[in-house]
Amino acid sequence: MKVAAMSRESALRLVGPLLVGVAALLVWQLLCTAYAVPIYLFPKPTDIWSSFAANLPELMRALSVTLIVTLQAFVLAVVVGTAIAFVFNQSRLVEACLFPYAIILQVTPIVAISPLIIILVKDTRVALTMCAAIVALFPIISNTTLGLRSVDPGLINLFKANKASRLQTLARLRIPSALPYFFAGLRISSGLALIGAVVAEFVAGTGGMGSGLAYEILQAGFQLNIPLMFAALGLITAVGIVLFLVMAGISNAAIGSWHESHAEERGPR
Amino acid sequence: MLRNTMKKTAGAGLVSLPLAVVEVKGAQKTFPNGFHALDPVDLTVRSGEFLTLIGPSGCGKSTLLGLMTDLIKPSSGQMRWWGGTFDSTGAAGKRLSIVFQDATLMPWATILANVRLPLDLAKVSRGEANERVRAALAKVGLAGFEDRLPRQLSGGMRMRVSIARALVTEPDLLLMDEPFGALDEFTRNKLDADLLELWRDRKLSIVFVTHSIYEAVFLSTRVVVMAARPGRIARVIDIDAPWPRDEEFRGSPRFAALCSDLSRALKEASEESGGQAAGGER
Repeated sequence: MKVAAMSRESALRLVGPLLVGVAALLVWQLLCTAYAVPIYLFPKPTDIWSSFAANLPELMRALSVTLIVTLQAFVLAVVVGTAIAFVFNQSRLVEACLFPYAIILQVTPIVAISPLIIILVKDTRVALTMCAAIVALFPIISNTTLGLRSVDPGLINLFKANKASRLQTLARLRIPSALPYFFAGLRISSGLALIGAVVAEFVAGTGGMGSGLAYEILQAGFQLNIPLMFAALGLITAVGIVLFLVMAGISNAAIGSWHESHAEERGPR
Repeated sequence: MLRNTMKKTAGAGLVSLPLAVVEVKGAQKTFPNGFHALDPVDLTVRSGEFLTLIGPSGCGKSTLLGLMTDLIKPSSGQMRWWGGTFDSTGAAGKRLSIVFQDATLMPWATILANVRLPLDLAKVSRGEANERVRAALAKVGLAGFEDRLPRQLSGGMRMRVSIARALVTEPDLLLMDEPFGALDEFTRNKLDADLLELWRDRKLSIVFVTHSIYEAVFLSTRVVVMAARPGRIARVIDIDAPWPRDEEFRGSPRFAALCSDLSRALKEASEESGGQAAGGER
């Protein structure tokens, strides 16, 4: 009974959005056909699909470039961001002195910094990774810092009363308490790493050295190959969705059994 | 037979004024924000007694308990545990455990891991620790729940876990801050009765904070009535009802008389409260 209700719920969550998507594509196709919109203005979904199929090897190569930059930047941001958050957590002084600079890093648009980085750093790949990492860094720092601080004061007292050392409190209390915040940061940051990678490619790409998906879009734009632009765009979106789902899956595996944010997926107890 | 021997130890404990477990020597507390929570207090918790702190809100009973846990440091005056400083606690015969208002369990850890925490922090070997945890859980009636998570248990069961965690270190003194305040009356009565059994069984000393007159009378050998603004001790009342106390005791005229005595003392204490300016009488 309960299982049936649960699967109906999850079926709704899957089938609902799919139906909306299919309906939108259908309307799009029909409208373009009905009004005979030229392919160079606004292509039909079928045009985009055939362009995608025709350029598959090229697109896949571009995808791998973008994906590598994104993943490198993401890993870099997670490692550096977590390390910074731990340092902030250990010393109020360091946090007070450095946090404003983390905010400056966050509020300065990456489009504005990336030309500078691309000029300063010789290797374009490294430059792109740096740009994307800068964008992805802040959510990790701020969420992990917040998480390490958001510990149940009752549990802090319990640890104190049991004469726990600083390290014991960190390992057994602060880190587990921070995990939900950390995973929320991961989810935001993975998307930002992709955005950062694409934006940086746009800035660098005209130089002819980049060859990721953003570069494909730029090139297709110059050639008025609108269907290819859409195909590359769709691919970027797909990467973003996959990243988000993977992060959600990791988060669910790590904290799904106990944290309130996953209560809905578990259902009532 | 068993009952009789226990009755004797509890009785003897009261007569011969045994070892002082915690001594509060003129300790007072003013918080950094200027709030004067507690006037200088003198109080000795004796070995084997069940001492309850009761009073209107703001009377400093939680602050006084906080001083005994060393989580709050006195602004002036002294605290003594088994005649020594807090650092000397934790050795055999000088162990204390705290039960907080909430169960304060780690939501990510199983019941087993939650109860094992004090042993883990004290670096007791895993095998021995697990064995002691199982024994402690059995003691509070939660055998078989080792692998559950806190959110899978009811409020009363979580509180039992919290008590098991306090018992797992085999404490000599149990400090309890309104532990059953959030529970329904039925569950509370049950846990009160179980707590008394543990106290008698293990010859614990217990300091217990509560809002409930009935709970205070049912559990205590001695009740400290506190008054507010500033927090201070108004009266100390011995509850000399015979042991063991059970559900029958709750319905007895003796229980009703003790409750009305305590109720009157509380009323007087709260009438004294807040009338004068802080410390005006002294």
